[in-house]
Amino acid sequence: MSDVDLIIIGAGPAGMSAAATAARGGLKVLLLDEQGHPGGQIYRNVAKNGTSRSWLGKEYASGARLVEALDNPHISTQFGATVWRLDDGPTVVWSKSGTSQISTARHVLITSGAQERPVPFPGWTLPGVMPAGAAQILMKSAGMLPRDAVLAGSGPLLYLVAAQMIDAGCPPKAVVETQTPRMMLNALPHLPKALLGISTLFKGLGLIRKIKAAGVQRYSNASDFRAHPNEDGTLAFSFQAKGKETHLNCALLLSHQGVIPSTHMTRSAGIAHEWNEAQQAFQPVTDDWGTTDRTGLHVAGDSAGIGGADAAAAAGELAALNILQLCGCLNSDTRNQRAAKARAGLLRARSLRPFLDAAYAPTAETLAPVDETIVCRCEEITAGDVRQSMSEGATGQRQMKTSLRTGMGPCQGRMCDATVRAILCAPRNTATDSIAPPRARAPIKPVTLAELAALSKIQAGAD
Amino acid sequence: MKVVSRFQPPPESGPKVQFVFEDEQITAPQGISLAAALLAHSGNATRRTSTGAQRTAYCMMGVCFECLVDVDGVPNTQSCMTVVRDGMVVKRQIGLRTIQGGDYV
Amino acid sequence: MLSTQPEITIIGGGVVGLSVAMGLLSAGHRVHVLDGTDGDARASQGNFGLVWGQGKGWNFEPYARWTSDSLAAWPEFARTLTDLSGIDVALDQSGGFEFFTDADEMDEFAGMLAQQQGHLGNRFSHEILSGDEMRKHMPGIGPDVVGGSFSQLDGHVNPLRFLRALRRAVKTLGGRVTMNATVQAVRPVSGGGFDLKLATGNKTSAEKVVLCAGLGSAKLTADLGFTTAIRPQRGELLITEKLGVRLPFLSSTIRQVDEGGVQIGGTKADVGMDDRETLDVMASLASHAVAVYPALADVRVVRAWGALRVMSPDGYPVYAQSHHHPGAYLVTCHSGVTLAALHASVLADWINGTSTAPNLEAFDESRFTVSTAA
Ligand SMILES: Cc1cc2nc3c(=O)[nH]c(=O)nc-3n(C[C@H](O)[C@H](O)[C@H](O)COP(=O)(O)OP(=O)(O)OC[C@H]3O[C@@H](n4cnc5c(N)ncnc54)[C@H](O)[C@@H]3O)c2cc1C
Ligand code: FES
Repeated sequence: MSDVDLIIIGAGPAGMSAAATAARGGLKVLLLDEQGHPGGQIYRNVAKNGTSRSWLGKEYASGARLVEALDNPHISTQFGATVWRLDDGPTVVWSKSGTSQISTARHVLITSGAQERPVPFPGWTLPGVMPAGAAQILMKSAGMLPRDAVLAGSGPLLYLVAAQMIDAGCPPKAVVETQTPRMMLNALPHLPKALLGISTLFKGLGLIRKIKAAGVQRYSNASDFRAHPNEDGTLAFSFQAKGKETHLNCALLLSHQGVIPSTHMTRSAGIAHEWNEAQQAFQPVTDDWGTTDRTGLHVAGDSAGIGGADAAAAAGELAALNILQLCGCLNSDTRNQRAAKARAGLLRARSLRPFLDAAYAPTAETLAPVDETIVCRCEEITAGDVRQSMSEGATGQRQMKTSLRTGMGPCQGRMCDATVRAILCAPRNTATDSIAPPRARAPIKPVTLAELAALSKIQAGAD
Repeated sequence: MKVVSRFQPPPESGPKVQFVFEDEQITAPQGISLAAALLAHSGNATRRTSTGAQRTAYCMMGVCFECLVDVDGVPNTQSCMTVVRDGMVVKRQIGLRTIQGGDYV
Repeated sequence: MLSTQPEITIIGGGVVGLSVAMGLLSAGHRVHVLDGTDGDARASQGNFGLVWGQGKGWNFEPYARWTSDSLAAWPEFARTLTDLSGIDVALDQSGGFEFFTDADEMDEFAGMLAQQQGHLGNRFSHEILSGDEMRKHMPGIGPDVVGGSFSQLDGHVNPLRFLRALRRAVKTLGGRVTMNATVQAVRPVSGGGFDLKLATGNKTSAEKVVLCAGLGSAKLTADLGFTTAIRPQRGELLITEKLGVRLPFLSSTIRQVDEGGVQIGGTKADVGMDDRETLDVMASLASHAVAVYPALADVRVVRAWGALRVMSPDGYPVYAQSHHHPGAYLVTCHSGVTLAALHASVLADWINGTSTAPNLEAFDESRFTVSTAA
């Protein structure tokens, strides 16, 4: 007997909308999230902040509706609950306050979202360099506004954070964009399809207008990022733009090059993954409903491929409808009918993606940085070390890991896998899917020996 | 040398908690993460790697493990995933952690 | 270096293949190592790094002696390796323990060690210690430990740096190593020599071949007229966050890597090619570690993994020359780290058939056919 019908891992837009849909359909749901509150990264602390931090914008406040829908007797929630292992069954092993629990369900839906793509460059490990998304988390969760900050990189989030900072009265000192004219050219063919998501496109243009209107200094086509510490702890940021070297001093350097799916959970569960060339990232292979090749395991939202919050909420609903059908609560006709609206929403939300992926592609130097750059922050291994190991014969991520220890620290490769892979692929410049995704193993987040050992007692007792 | 915080001070209103960081009493808004409280306090590093490099909280979402500090004697604690509490005693994580009864030959 | 010796092709670039390559290169051969792909089962990338004698060959004297010879040869081998590769493999041979929480198991093991002692005489030494004696020397040992054994010859290396050092040493000695060169089939050519077909579609030929492809050897033995059945045996391991203090002991189940992390292992399961880590075993490994050394309780595990041992039917090494196809050799073993010091030296004499070659008849694969016939 399973503990519940459905375990959902991750309480972002995908997980929250799935939980509500499944519970309304009659399923008993357990919703787990590592964070202390529902909302995921995008709607972090939304229930608590309400409209008090108006500079976060209307979009953000709209997340509150998803949180409210969790108030359903069929949904139990556990926050501060870190899933560290999935097993066939399906079985979910999760840790809260130093104790691990094993929960079973008929189905498990993974909605663990995305992480920011690591943006390695010389100096990116210095205090004061942070991802733009991290600064946004501080704004949402602590009301902390960046001071004397430069935003650098590319992607919609860069503009959104800039606009939020302007509205909050702490405009960035400069926005340094790595986007090249060529990327825009590559993106143009996707524009007609993107028109389906015209409102989002307009919002994006609105952000850029806001940045212009605020008189924020903008640099485009920038490259060769480097940061050095100044005596007073501020940063000396240098880069090339329009063929000349530019220097900016700042307290905070907020970088961004888009987001990539969090795949430690799906990879460790043994789900098949595929390379998404447009998004330069691995993602689990799923069907239209988020079903995977492992029985009872489903994936929705950004952890199945980057689509953004609206797409995630729609995909979560679709996955839940499908699980309702698999559990016998809906027949497939009703499932399909009820899915129509979410499907249309998903289509609309995704229509803009190919355009965005092409227009804000990560730069070559972000993917495969110069030799002196630290690539693996935990083990302090440089891009040069990785190239050296390649010259000694390492041909894949596993050999790289075993010869250099890249990805063996506590972050388990979250900060270096993508970079190591790009460096491995660079010289050959061939089909990048010839290099398999790195293996992820339990525990996907560290757990203490005592906590693990306690499970052996539980199991012995249960025999 | 103390580096000024890279963030504007958090809003004055609302309930507060007090904790100790390296012998300094710090006041922080209730409910925020320890990493946020430390970033609001100063722009300095909060840990050193085993080679001595200075690091501080980076991703703020539990991914990078740069925010490790010692909380009430528990080393390598992810401060971005820890809510700041009244009376916490926090220290920088300097190099590798030790274990109880450590300092063996 | 110009050489008149024929080129030898080694199939498999794990610790066994690379060690053999090092020995042959030092003996003046030209050597080409063909290694497989990143996704292959690779015991050399998942092992425990022990250079270990305790218990080895207690009921098979030739293995007890062979292991003991390798332990003695390791210090010199480690120095050579560092000279050739620039990598320190962190050899530490200051003695190792076996810990027991079950008195019967301990008695059984003590009996095995007594037999091993019988085979080795003064080339081996060991002590059996009670739990209290252990706690007296090492106060941190947990109350559940009923006792254990100690042998001062045992040690360990950093297994991952060891693999990298071997690869570099082989290159320094002028060996060629080709990656992504999985050998799909070997065809003996009449009149001598072999044709090798690679998975990439390429072909290459060799005058002599040494089959050292770990579990990958299983598919190629028949091509060369060998009969040994090679099977996988899963071992599971945990590794913790790094510690800035040293554990006061080394054991065959708990050891601290020189970089600081604590590795915990020692399990065995026959589950085919499945190298997944399992919850039950992870939990029992953690229990064992905490029982032996309670101060490890709050140390975090950062990764668990399963790796597949390369096992012959009786678990002992196989050193065999093909009777049907002269010039073909099979070298396969568990404990390829421990035995590397010999694989990289005197094994070359055996392949060359020189007068100083060790007598390895006891390790021929004929022992399997004999025993089934009996
Ligand atoms: C859990 C565990 C713990 C261990 N602990 C210890 C220990 O503490 N001490 C110790 O001494 N030993 C230990 N061992 C054993 C040791 O790891 C092995 O003896 C040793 O690694 C075997 O090396 P190998 O080269 O035979 O095999 P592998 O390391 O598996 O290498 C085989 C190589 O052959 C290649 N290959 C396969 N097929 C082909 C093909 N057709 N063509 C070309 N190349 C091919 C592969 O790519 C691979 O590189 C342990 C093993 C395990 C699994
Ligand atoms: S700041 Fe990245 S894990 Fe805490």
